[in-house]
Amino acid sequence: MSSKSNNNWWIWKVFWILLIVTAVEVVLGIIKPQYLVETKLLGTILLNHVFIILTIIKAAYIVMVFMHLGDERPALQWTIILPAIILIPYLLFILLTEGGYTHFMRI
Amino acid sequence: MRVASNTDFGPAWKGGDKPFAASYGKLMMWFFLITDALTFSGFLAAYGFSRFKYEQSWPVPDEVFTHFPFIKGEFPLFFVALMTFILIMSSVTMVLAVNYGHKMKKKQVILWLSLTIIGGITFLGSQAWEWGHFIHGDKGAIITDEKEIIHLVNDEKEISSVYKFMGVDSYSKDRFSQMNYEQFVEKFKSQNKYKLKSSKKVVLDHNDAVTLLESKGKDFVLGANLVNNEYGHALFADYFFFITGFHGFHVFSGVVLLIILLINVIANTYERRGHYEMVEKIGLYWHFVDLVWVFVFTFFYLV
Repeated sequence: MSSKSNNNWWIWKVFWILLIVTAVEVVLGIIKPQYLVETKLLGTILLNHVFIILTIIKAAYIVMVFMHLGDERPALQWTIILPAIILIPYLLFILLTEGGYTHFMRI
Repeated sequence: MRVASNTDFGPAWKGGDKPFAASYGKLMMWFFLITDALTFSGFLAAYGFSRFKYEQSWPVPDEVFTHFPFIKGEFPLFFVALMTFILIMSSVTMVLAVNYGHKMKKKQVILWLSLTIIGGITFLGSQAWEWGHFIHGDKGAIITDEKEIIHLVNDEKEISSVYKFMGVDSYSKDRFSQMNYEQFVEKFKSQNKYKLKSSKKVVLDHNDAVTLLESKGKDFVLGANLVNNEYGHALFADYFFFITGFHGFHVFSGVVLLIILLINVIANTYERRGHYEMVEKIGLYWHFVDLVWVFVFTFFYLV
Protein backbone atom coordinates (compact mmCIF):
# COMPACT_ATOMS: atom_id res chain seq x y z
CA MET A 1 0.00 0.00 0.00
CA SER A 2 2.63 2.50 1.03
CA SER A 3 4.45 2.36 -2.30
CA LYS A 4 1.10 2.62 -4.10
CA SER A 5 -0.23 5.62 -2.24
CA ASN A 6 2.56 7.90 -3.46
CA ASN A 7 1.11 8.24 -6.94
CA ASN A 8 -1.88 7.27 -9.04
CA TRP A 9 -0.34 5.58 -12.07
CA TRP A 10 -1.80 2.18 -11.11
CA ILE A 11 -5.34 3.61 -11.20
CA TRP A 12 -4.88 4.91 -14.72
CA LYS A 13 -3.22 1.65 -15.79
CA VAL A 14 -6.35 -0.27 -14.75
CA PHE A 15 -8.53 2.38 -16.41
CA TRP A 16 -6.79 1.81 -19.75
CA ILE A 17 -7.03 -1.97 -19.37
CA LEU A 18 -10.80 -1.75 -18.70
CA LEU A 19 -11.28 0.68 -21.58
CA ILE A 20 -9.30 -1.39 -24.08
CA VAL A 21 -11.02 -4.65 -23.08
CA THR A 22 -14.44 -2.95 -23.45
CA ALA A 23 -13.41 -1.56 -26.85
CA VAL A 24 -12.31 -5.04 -27.97
CA GLU A 25 -15.69 -6.43 -26.84
CA VAL A 26 -17.60 -3.77 -28.79
CA VAL A 27 -15.50 -4.29 -31.93
CA LEU A 28 -16.00 -8.08 -31.73
CA GLY A 29 -19.73 -7.50 -31.14
CA ILE A 30 -19.98 -5.40 -34.29
CA ILE A 31 -17.79 -7.31 -36.75
CA LYS A 32 -18.67 -10.80 -35.37
CA PRO A 33 -15.72 -12.78 -36.80
CA GLN A 34 -17.06 -15.70 -38.82
CA TYR A 35 -14.89 -18.35 -37.17
CA LEU A 36 -15.99 -17.34 -33.67
CA VAL A 37 -19.69 -17.29 -34.65
CA GLU A 38 -19.67 -20.63 -36.47
CA THR A 39 -17.76 -22.63 -33.88
CA LYS A 40 -19.95 -23.97 -31.08
CA LEU A 41 -18.79 -24.99 -27.62
CA LEU A 42 -20.91 -26.02 -24.62
CA GLY A 43 -24.21 -25.00 -26.21
CA THR A 44 -23.21 -21.53 -27.38
CA ILE A 45 -20.97 -19.89 -29.96
CA LEU A 46 -17.26 -19.40 -29.30
CA LEU A 47 -17.68 -15.61 -29.50
CA ASN A 48 -19.84 -15.70 -26.37
CA HIS A 49 -17.09 -17.58 -24.52
CA VAL A 50 -14.64 -14.87 -25.59
CA PHE A 51 -17.04 -12.20 -24.22
CA ILE A 52 -17.40 -14.05 -20.91
CA ILE A 53 -13.63 -14.48 -20.48
CA LEU A 54 -13.02 -10.77 -21.25
CA THR A 55 -15.77 -9.84 -18.77
CA ILE A 56 -14.20 -11.96 -16.03
CA ILE A 57 -10.85 -10.27 -16.71
CA LYS A 58 -12.51 -6.85 -16.26
CA ALA A 59 -14.30 -8.05 -13.11
CA ALA A 60 -11.01 -9.33 -11.66
CA TYR A 61 -9.31 -5.95 -12.21
CA ILE A 62 -12.21 -4.05 -10.63
CA VAL A 63 -12.37 -6.33 -7.57
CA MET A 64 -8.64 -6.84 -7.00
CA VAL A 65 -7.38 -3.31 -7.74
CA PHE A 66 -10.25 -0.79 -7.51
CA MET A 67 -11.85 -2.51 -4.52
CA HIS A 68 -8.38 -3.21 -3.05
CA LEU A 69 -9.19 -6.87 -2.43
CA GLY A 70 -5.66 -7.66 -3.61
CA ASP A 71 -4.32 -5.73 -0.62
CA GLU A 72 -6.43 -7.60 1.93
CA ARG A 73 -5.27 -10.66 3.86
CA PRO A 74 -5.63 -13.99 1.96
CA ALA A 75 -8.18 -15.22 4.55
CA LEU A 76 -10.48 -12.29 3.70
CA GLN A 77 -9.82 -12.65 -0.05
CA TRP A 78 -10.93 -16.29 0.01
CA THR A 79 -13.92 -15.55 2.26
CA ILE A 80 -15.21 -13.22 -0.46
CA ILE A 81 -14.12 -15.08 -3.58
CA LEU A 82 -14.96 -18.69 -2.66
CA PRO A 83 -18.77 -18.34 -2.22
CA ALA A 84 -18.94 -16.54 -5.56
CA ILE A 85 -16.81 -18.98 -7.57
CA ILE A 86 -18.56 -22.04 -6.07
CA LEU A 87 -22.20 -20.90 -5.99
CA ILE A 88 -22.45 -18.87 -9.21
CA PRO A 89 -21.10 -21.52 -11.63
CA TYR A 90 -23.26 -24.12 -9.84
CA LEU A 91 -26.40 -21.98 -10.24
CA LEU A 92 -25.54 -21.26 -13.88
CA PHE A 93 -24.89 -24.93 -14.59
CA ILE A 94 -28.30 -25.97 -13.21
CA LEU A 95 -30.37 -23.19 -14.80
CA LEU A 96 -28.70 -23.23 -18.22
CA THR A 97 -28.83 -27.03 -18.44
CA GLU A 98 -32.51 -27.02 -17.49
CA GLY A 99 -33.21 -24.13 -19.89
CA GLY A 100 -31.71 -26.16 -22.73
CA TYR A 101 -33.67 -29.23 -21.62
CA THR A 102 -37.05 -27.46 -21.45
CA HIS A 103 -36.35 -26.03 -24.91
CA PHE A 104 -35.52 -29.50 -26.19
CA MET A 105 -38.66 -31.03 -24.63
CA ARG A 106 -40.86 -28.04 -25.72
CA ILE A 107 -42.31 -27.81 -22.23
CA MET B 1 -29.74 -12.40 39.38
CA ARG B 2 -27.78 -10.16 37.08
CA VAL B 3 -29.35 -9.11 33.80
CA ALA B 4 -26.95 -8.30 30.99
CA SER B 5 -27.13 -4.67 29.98
CA ASN B 6 -28.02 -3.99 26.36
CA THR B 7 -25.43 -1.34 25.97
CA ASP B 8 -22.49 -3.16 27.54
CA PHE B 9 -20.84 -4.69 24.48
CA GLY B 10 -17.33 -3.45 25.10
CA PRO B 11 -14.92 -3.79 22.21
CA ALA B 12 -16.54 -5.93 19.49
CA TRP B 13 -13.51 -8.14 18.97
CA LYS B 14 -11.93 -9.60 22.11
CA GLY B 15 -9.88 -12.36 20.54
CA GLY B 16 -6.58 -10.46 20.31
CA ASP B 17 -5.08 -10.38 16.83
CA LYS B 18 -7.65 -9.48 14.16
CA PRO B 19 -7.75 -12.35 11.64
CA PHE B 20 -8.89 -10.19 8.72
CA ALA B 21 -7.13 -6.95 9.72
CA ALA B 22 -10.19 -5.05 8.47
CA SER B 23 -12.69 -2.91 10.32
CA TYR B 24 -16.20 -4.06 11.19
CA GLY B 25 -17.84 -1.66 8.74
CA LYS B 26 -15.67 -2.72 5.84
CA LEU B 27 -16.26 -6.42 6.51
CA MET B 28 -20.02 -5.90 6.65
CA MET B 29 -19.91 -3.98 3.37
CA TRP B 30 -18.04 -6.90 1.78
CA PHE B 31 -20.53 -9.43 3.15
CA PHE B 32 -23.44 -7.33 1.85
CA LEU B 33 -21.78 -7.15 -1.56
CA ILE B 34 -21.39 -10.96 -1.68
CA THR B 35 -25.12 -11.42 -1.07
CA ASP B 36 -25.92 -8.73 -3.62
CA ALA B 37 -23.59 -10.39 -6.15
CA LEU B 38 -25.46 -13.66 -5.64
CA THR B 39 -28.80 -11.86 -6.12
CA PHE B 40 -27.68 -10.41 -9.46
CA SER B 41 -26.25 -13.82 -10.44
CA GLY B 42 -29.69 -15.29 -9.77
CA PHE B 43 -31.32 -12.71 -12.05
CA LEU B 44 -28.81 -13.17 -14.86
CA ALA B 45 -28.95 -16.97 -14.54
CA ALA B 46 -32.77 -16.78 -14.78
CA TYR B 47 -32.33 -14.65 -17.91
CA GLY B 48 -30.02 -17.36 -19.27
CA PHE B 49 -32.62 -20.04 -18.46
CA SER B 50 -35.36 -18.24 -20.40
CA ARG B 51 -33.04 -17.45 -23.25
CA PHE B 52 -32.03 -21.09 -23.65
CA LYS B 53 -35.66 -22.17 -23.29
CA TYR B 54 -36.99 -19.72 -25.92
CA GLU B 55 -33.82 -19.70 -27.99
CA GLN B 56 -35.56 -19.35 -31.36
CA SER B 57 -37.89 -16.45 -30.56
CA TRP B 58 -35.38 -14.46 -28.45
CA PRO B 59 -34.44 -11.09 -30.01
CA VAL B 60 -30.91 -10.43 -31.23
CA PRO B 61 -29.65 -7.70 -28.87
CA ASP B 62 -27.73 -5.67 -31.45
CA GLU B 63 -30.89 -5.43 -33.56
CA VAL B 64 -32.73 -3.97 -30.55
CA PHE B 65 -30.30 -1.41 -29.17
CA THR B 66 -29.17 0.39 -32.28
CA HIS B 67 -29.71 4.07 -31.64
CA PHE B 68 -27.62 6.95 -30.43
CA PRO B 69 -29.02 10.24 -29.13
CA PHE B 70 -29.22 13.11 -31.65
CA ILE B 71 -27.89 11.00 -34.53
CA LYS B 72 -30.06 9.30 -37.14
CA GLY B 73 -29.19 5.86 -38.40
CA GLU B 74 -28.19 2.64 -36.74
CA PHE B 75 -25.18 2.29 -34.47
CA PRO B 76 -25.45 -1.01 -32.61
CA LEU B 77 -23.69 -1.13 -29.21
CA PHE B 78 -22.25 2.39 -29.34
CA PHE B 79 -24.57 3.92 -26.78
CA VAL B 80 -24.19 1.14 -24.20
CA ALA B 81 -20.45 1.20 -24.79
CA LEU B 82 -20.57 4.91 -23.93
CA MET B 83 -22.62 4.13 -20.78
CA THR B 84 -20.01 1.52 -19.80
CA PHE B 85 -17.28 4.10 -20.34
CA ILE B 86 -19.12 6.63 -18.14
CA LEU B 87 -19.44 4.10 -15.33
CA ILE B 88 -15.80 2.96 -15.58
CA MET B 89 -14.76 6.61 -15.56
CA SER B 90 -16.80 7.26 -12.41
CA SER B 91 -15.14 4.21 -10.85
CA VAL B 92 -11.74 5.77 -11.57
CA THR B 93 -12.72 9.07 -9.96
CA MET B 94 -14.00 7.08 -6.96
CA VAL B 95 -10.65 5.26 -6.52
CA LEU B 96 -8.92 8.64 -6.71
CA ALA B 97 -11.25 9.98 -3.97
CA VAL B 98 -10.48 6.93 -1.78
CA ASN B 99 -6.77 7.37 -2.47
CA TYR B 100 -6.77 11.05 -1.44
CA GLY B 101 -8.90 10.08 1.57
CA HIS B 102 -6.06 7.85 2.78
CA LYS B 103 -3.78 10.89 2.57
CA MET B 104 -6.35 13.08 4.40
CA LYS B 105 -6.50 15.57 1.52
CA LYS B 106 -9.98 17.00 1.99
CA LYS B 107 -10.05 19.28 -1.07
CA GLN B 108 -9.00 16.50 -3.45
CA VAL B 109 -11.60 14.15 -1.91
CA ILE B 110 -14.31 16.77 -2.52
CA LEU B 111 -13.19 17.26 -6.13
CA TRP B 112 -13.11 13.56 -7.06
CA LEU B 113 -16.30 12.71 -5.13
CA SER B 114 -18.15 15.48 -6.99
CA LEU B 115 -16.93 14.12 -10.33
CA THR B 116 -18.07 10.62 -9.29
CA ILE B 117 -21.55 11.98 -8.50
CA ILE B 118 -21.68 13.69 -11.90
CA GLY B 119 -20.66 10.40 -13.56
CA GLY B 120 -23.39 8.54 -11.67
CA ILE B 121 -26.08 11.05 -12.62
CA THR B 122 -24.93 11.03 -16.26
CA PHE B 123 -25.21 7.24 -16.27
CA LEU B 124 -28.74 7.40 -14.82
CA GLY B 125 -29.73 9.94 -17.47
CA SER B 126 -28.34 7.70 -20.21
CA GLN B 127 -30.29 4.78 -18.82
CA ALA B 128 -33.47 6.85 -18.81
CA TRP B 129 -32.86 7.65 -22.50
CA GLU B 130 -32.24 3.97 -23.21
CA TRP B 131 -35.45 2.97 -21.42
CA GLY B 132 -37.44 5.70 -23.16
CA HIS B 133 -36.23 4.51 -26.53
CA PHE B 134 -36.87 0.86 -25.67
CA ILE B 135 -40.43 1.62 -24.47
CA HIS B 136 -41.26 3.82 -27.45
CA GLY B 137 -39.96 1.18 -29.83
CA ASP B 138 -38.43 1.50 -33.24
CA LYS B 139 -39.93 -0.36 -36.18
CA GLY B 140 -42.98 -2.02 -34.65
CA ALA B 141 -44.22 -5.58 -35.20
CA ILE B 142 -47.34 -7.70 -35.52
CA ILE B 143 -48.62 -10.09 -32.88
CA THR B 144 -50.63 -13.24 -33.54
CA ASP B 145 -53.32 -15.00 -31.49
CA GLU B 146 -50.57 -17.28 -30.19
CA LYS B 147 -48.57 -14.25 -28.98
CA GLU B 148 -45.90 -14.70 -31.62
CA ILE B 149 -44.08 -11.55 -32.69
CA ILE B 150 -43.83 -11.17 -36.47
CA HIS B 151 -41.70 -8.57 -38.24
CA LEU B 152 -42.25 -6.86 -41.57
CA VAL B 153 -39.28 -7.38 -43.89
CA ASN B 154 -38.39 -5.95 -47.29
CA ASP B 155 -36.79 -7.53 -50.37
CA GLU B 156 -33.41 -7.78 -48.72
CA LYS B 157 -34.91 -9.55 -45.72
CA GLU B 158 -34.12 -6.58 -43.48
CA ILE B 159 -36.71 -5.65 -40.87
CA SER B 160 -38.76 -2.66 -42.10
CA SER B 161 -40.72 -0.17 -40.08
CA VAL B 162 -44.49 -0.75 -39.96
CA TYR B 163 -44.87 3.02 -39.42
CA LYS B 164 -43.13 3.81 -42.71
CA PHE B 165 -45.19 1.12 -44.43
CA MET B 166 -48.37 2.81 -43.18
CA GLY B 167 -47.04 6.32 -43.76
CA VAL B 168 -47.40 7.27 -40.09
CA ASP B 169 -44.94 9.41 -38.14
CA SER B 170 -43.77 7.15 -35.29
CA TYR B 171 -43.22 10.18 -33.05
CA SER B 172 -46.66 11.74 -33.48
CA LYS B 173 -48.78 11.76 -30.34
CA ASP B 174 -51.75 9.94 -31.82
CA ARG B 175 -49.64 7.26 -33.49
CA PHE B 176 -51.68 4.47 -31.89
CA SER B 177 -54.98 5.69 -33.34
CA GLN B 178 -53.40 6.29 -36.77
CA MET B 179 -52.21 2.71 -37.02
CA ASN B 180 -55.14 0.64 -38.28
CA TYR B 181 -54.46 -3.09 -38.43
CA GLU B 182 -57.17 -3.92 -41.04
CA GLN B 183 -55.74 -1.24 -43.34
CA PHE B 184 -52.29 -2.72 -42.84
CA VAL B 185 -53.45 -6.19 -43.93
CA GLU B 186 -55.14 -4.75 -47.05
CA LYS B 187 -52.08 -2.72 -47.96
CA PHE B 188 -49.76 -5.68 -47.34
CA LYS B 189 -51.76 -7.86 -49.76
CA SER B 190 -51.17 -5.34 -52.55
CA GLN B 191 -47.42 -4.91 -51.97
CA ASN B 192 -45.65 -8.00 -53.22
CA LYS B 193 -42.13 -6.91 -52.35
CA TYR B 194 -42.84 -7.06 -48.63
CA LYS B 195 -42.57 -10.29 -46.66
CA LEU B 196 -42.88 -11.34 -43.04
CA LYS B 197 -40.33 -12.81 -40.65
CA SER B 198 -41.83 -15.25 -38.15
CA SER B 199 -40.98 -15.31 -34.44
CA LYS B 200 -38.61 -18.19 -35.19
CA LYS B 201 -36.76 -15.86 -37.61
CA VAL B 202 -37.90 -17.65 -40.75
CA VAL B 203 -38.75 -15.36 -43.71
CA LEU B 204 -42.13 -16.31 -45.24
CA ASP B 205 -42.78 -15.47 -48.88
CA HIS B 206 -45.56 -13.05 -49.70
CA ASN B 207 -48.43 -15.54 -50.15
CA ASP B 208 -47.64 -17.47 -46.95
CA ALA B 209 -47.38 -14.15 -45.16
CA VAL B 210 -50.87 -13.10 -46.31
CA THR B 211 -52.27 -16.46 -45.15
CA LEU B 212 -50.61 -16.03 -41.76
CA LEU B 213 -51.96 -12.47 -41.36
CA GLU B 214 -55.50 -13.57 -42.23
CA SER B 215 -55.56 -16.73 -40.11
CA LYS B 216 -53.63 -15.74 -36.99
CA GLY B 217 -52.70 -12.05 -37.20
CA LYS B 218 -54.20 -9.94 -34.45
CA ASP B 219 -52.74 -6.46 -34.03
CA PHE B 220 -49.65 -4.28 -34.03
CA VAL B 221 -47.18 -4.28 -31.19
CA LEU B 222 -45.62 -0.81 -30.96
CA GLY B 223 -42.85 -0.45 -28.43
CA ALA B 224 -42.41 -2.44 -25.25
CA ASN B 225 -44.15 -2.99 -21.95
CA LEU B 226 -44.37 -5.83 -19.43
CA VAL B 227 -47.08 -7.67 -21.40
CA ASN B 228 -45.51 -7.72 -24.85
CA ASN B 229 -42.83 -6.03 -26.91
CA GLU B 230 -42.06 -5.55 -30.58
CA TYR B 231 -38.58 -7.08 -30.34
CA GLY B 232 -39.47 -10.70 -29.66
CA HIS B 233 -40.41 -12.94 -26.77
CA ALA B 234 -42.37 -11.10 -24.03
CA LEU B 235 -39.92 -12.23 -21.32
CA PHE B 236 -37.11 -10.31 -23.03
CA ALA B 237 -38.58 -6.93 -22.08
CA ASP B 238 -39.55 -8.20 -18.61
CA TYR B 239 -35.96 -9.19 -17.87
CA PHE B 240 -34.66 -5.99 -19.44
CA PHE B 241 -36.83 -3.78 -17.24
CA PHE B 242 -36.20 -5.84 -14.12
CA ILE B 243 -32.45 -6.35 -14.32
CA THR B 244 -31.39 -2.97 -15.73
CA GLY B 245 -33.97 -1.36 -13.43
CA PHE B 246 -32.58 -3.12 -10.38
CA HIS B 247 -29.08 -2.09 -11.40
CA GLY B 248 -30.24 1.46 -12.05
CA PHE B 249 -31.78 1.54 -8.58
CA HIS B 250 -28.39 0.50 -7.19
CA VAL B 251 -26.77 3.38 -9.09
CA PHE B 252 -29.41 5.75 -7.75
CA SER B 253 -28.81 4.54 -4.16
CA GLY B 254 -25.08 4.94 -4.76
CA VAL B 255 -25.54 8.54 -5.90
CA VAL B 256 -27.62 9.29 -2.78
CA LEU B 257 -24.92 7.72 -0.55
CA LEU B 258 -22.22 9.70 -2.36
CA ILE B 259 -24.11 12.97 -1.89
CA ILE B 260 -24.47 12.28 1.86
CA LEU B 261 -20.78 11.38 1.95
CA LEU B 262 -19.84 14.59 0.14
CA ILE B 263 -21.85 16.68 2.62
CA ASN B 264 -20.07 14.93 5.50
CA VAL B 265 -16.66 15.50 3.92
CA ILE B 266 -17.43 19.21 3.46
CA ALA B 267 -18.72 19.38 7.07
CA ASN B 268 -15.33 18.04 8.30
CA THR B 269 -16.92 14.90 9.83
CA TYR B 270 -14.03 12.68 8.76
CA GLU B 271 -11.35 15.24 9.67
CA ARG B 272 -12.71 15.10 13.23
CA ARG B 273 -12.94 11.30 13.11
CA GLY B 274 -9.31 11.17 12.04
CA HIS B 275 -9.83 8.91 9.02
CA TYR B 276 -11.75 8.77 5.73
CA GLU B 277 -12.77 5.11 5.95
CA MET B 278 -16.38 5.97 5.07
CA VAL B 279 -15.16 7.06 1.60
CA GLU B 280 -13.57 3.63 1.25
CA LYS B 281 -16.73 1.77 2.32
CA ILE B 282 -19.04 3.67 -0.02
CA GLY B 283 -16.33 3.34 -2.67
CA LEU B 284 -16.62 -0.46 -2.33
CA TYR B 285 -20.35 -0.20 -3.03
CA TRP B 286 -19.79 2.10 -6.00
CA HIS B 287 -17.23 -0.22 -7.59
CA PHE B 288 -19.63 -3.10 -7.07
CA VAL B 289 -22.28 -1.24 -9.05
CA ASP B 290 -19.73 -0.82 -11.86
CA LEU B 291 -18.88 -4.53 -11.57
CA VAL B 292 -22.53 -5.53 -11.97
CA TRP B 293 -22.86 -3.29 -15.03
CA VAL B 294 -19.87 -5.04 -16.63
CA PHE B 295 -21.84 -8.29 -16.42
CA VAL B 296 -25.19 -6.74 -17.45
CA PHE B 297 -23.42 -5.19 -20.47
CA THR B 298 -22.06 -8.60 -21.50
CA PHE B 299 -25.20 -10.64 -20.96
CA PHE B 300 -27.79 -8.16 -22.22
CA TYR B 301 -25.99 -6.48 -25.08
CA LEU B 302 -23.13 -8.66 -26.29
CA VAL B 303 -24.00 -12.34 -25.82
